[in-house]
Amino acid sequence: MHPILSKYRRLGYYLLAWTPFAALFALLLRVPGTISWREAIFISVPLTILYSFVCLSPWYMCRARPLDKSSPSRLISEHLLGALVASGLWLLAIDFGTFKFAQTPYFPGLHQRIVPDYPLVFVCGVLLYLFWVAFYYVFIAIEASKDAEARVLQAGILAREAELKALKAQVNPHFLFNSLNSISALTGSDPPRAREMCILLGEFLRRTLGLGEKSAIPLEEELSLIHSFLAVEKVRFGARVQMTETVDAAALDVLLPPLLLQPLIENAVVHGIANLVAGGTIRLSVLPRDGSLAILVENTFDPEAPPRRKSGVGLANVRQRLLTRYGNRASFQAGPSGELFRVAISIPAEREAVAP
Amino acid sequence: MSREGEKKIRAILVDDEDLARQILREYLAAHTDIEIVAECANGFDAVKAASEMKPDLLFLDIQMPKLDGFEVLELLGGGMAVVFVTAYDSYAIRAFEVHAVDYLLKPFSADRFGAALARVKERLAGKISTPAMPPAELAAAARPPAQYLDRVVVRDGTRVTIIPVAKLDYAEAQDDYVALAVEGKQHLKQQTIASLENALDPAHFLRVHRSYIVNLDRVTRIEPYAKDSHVAVLQGGAKIPVSRAGYSRLRAFLDR
Repeated sequence: MHPILSKYRRLGYYLLAWTPFAALFALLLRVPGTISWREAIFISVPLTILYSFVCLSPWYMCRARPLDKSSPSRLISEHLLGALVASGLWLLAIDFGTFKFAQTPYFPGLHQRIVPDYPLVFVCGVLLYLFWVAFYYVFIAIEASKDAEARVLQAGILAREAELKALKAQVNPHFLFNSLNSISALTGSDPPRAREMCILLGEFLRRTLGLGEKSAIPLEEELSLIHSFLAVEKVRFGARVQMTETVDAAALDVLLPPLLLQPLIENAVVHGIANLVAGGTIRLSVLPRDGSLAILVENTFDPEAPPRRKSGVGLANVRQRLLTRYGNRASFQAGPSGELFRVAISIPAEREAVAP
Repeated sequence: MSREGEKKIRAILVDDEDLARQILREYLAAHTDIEIVAECANGFDAVKAASEMKPDLLFLDIQMPKLDGFEVLELLGGGMAVVFVTAYDSYAIRAFEVHAVDYLLKPFSADRFGAALARVKERLAGKISTPAMPPAELAAAARPPAQYLDRVVVRDGTRVTIIPVAKLDYAEAQDDYVALAVEGKQHLKQQTIASLENALDPAHFLRVHRSYIVNLDRVTRIEPYAKDSHVAVLQGGAKIPVSRAGYSRLRAFLDR
């Protein structure tokens, strides 16, 4: 679709843009003195309107011949040919029009008097045509850059969505395999506990998989996810895994991205407690602090533990998710602090808007 | 079974999870020709038990407190059939490089376990030759691929010492052993100096002599010693011979 014909408003602006040309045209006709002002205006207005429509046509040629993909000589020759043809046709229309006007009693002898101006009119027609060619190229360039910008933006959004999706899908397969092995062991020795373990594991998986879809959940829900995770780990590790919790009741309805804290607890188990012969304790505290939520996860660990591969992926993941969601409104610190490994997070305390 | 009634296969179970050892015990109950002589919940205990009891067979978890399964095997130096039992499939290649008999992925069936035991018996009966692996090669194979050591484990009888490489001042070749100098003490490890050199990060450790590797962070100065040779003086005053080739390597490093 032609960009100018596609909207009435644009067509209006376009015709408005032609009024100076109409005035200039009338002035040019008047200057030699053979034509009166009245006659000049009567000729210029309808013929300029006519030519304005003729000058819509180079758009199609401009679109068919993009500047960056055509040879310059070919571009110039083609547009010049277009300009000569358009201006020629216009001149014919002028010739025909003035001939007809001259037959009316109002413009006697007009045709003869305008013929000497033909070369001037022809050159004006060519220049006008070329002016609009240039205009269309500028228009196309602007549109292309807008398009490119939009595409870059879109690509950014898609990449971020994909990243978030990848970050969320993080049920650790080794957690599953080890849990299944525990179930396998219990099946022989203690069938009721094996069943209990199946139920705990099922509960944890259902919650985890369900949460992946949501963008935010109340802290309370995340905590219950952590509890079902630890219930499973306690079957595996027995008394080696302990957790103490200090959670302010006022914080329970604060919204946070799902599966933000559970990986921290999992890390504390896998990289901390699991390396200690006698086990250890995880301390979780969540406290509201003027408009934000201070989250602290601490666990005992063995600084001389055998190196484990993939260490730190969970932490990097959490840090990345915080950055993506909150930007600089969140903070994240992790590292050993004396005998403990400590992760400290602060996020804005956002709550569900209460319906009025 | 021909072995039944004669001599039982003596096995040690090593896993930090009670239930993981329990399933091994349960499956083993059906194999009367195998006797469990010990159960261990961490790497230290495993090294101690295995070096005291000299079992025929070791069921070995990989990720455990204190020492991982590969470090346990490296310290024991082979000499027994090893079956790794783990939830991680990513260690399988390394496991077979250290000549593990089998690699069981948790959870596993009694049938799969039986197949592993059949292979163990073949190995022990000598039907499958156990390539005698020099300890040095074993240590190199047990090392995680494409990454440098960040600690060295050493065994003296049943005592295990863990040496973070940053604490290592220098290493000296002594016949089939390397002597590791750490905080004024020497720890002997059965390994060649070349395989140790390959395992250490070249950004911090340099072979300055046929028989010596130094920790570059400890070098305070280099002094001429005799014609064509030098000594590197370390913090604490130890003087390490530097060969001609070693000197040019050391210079190249220090000039950087």
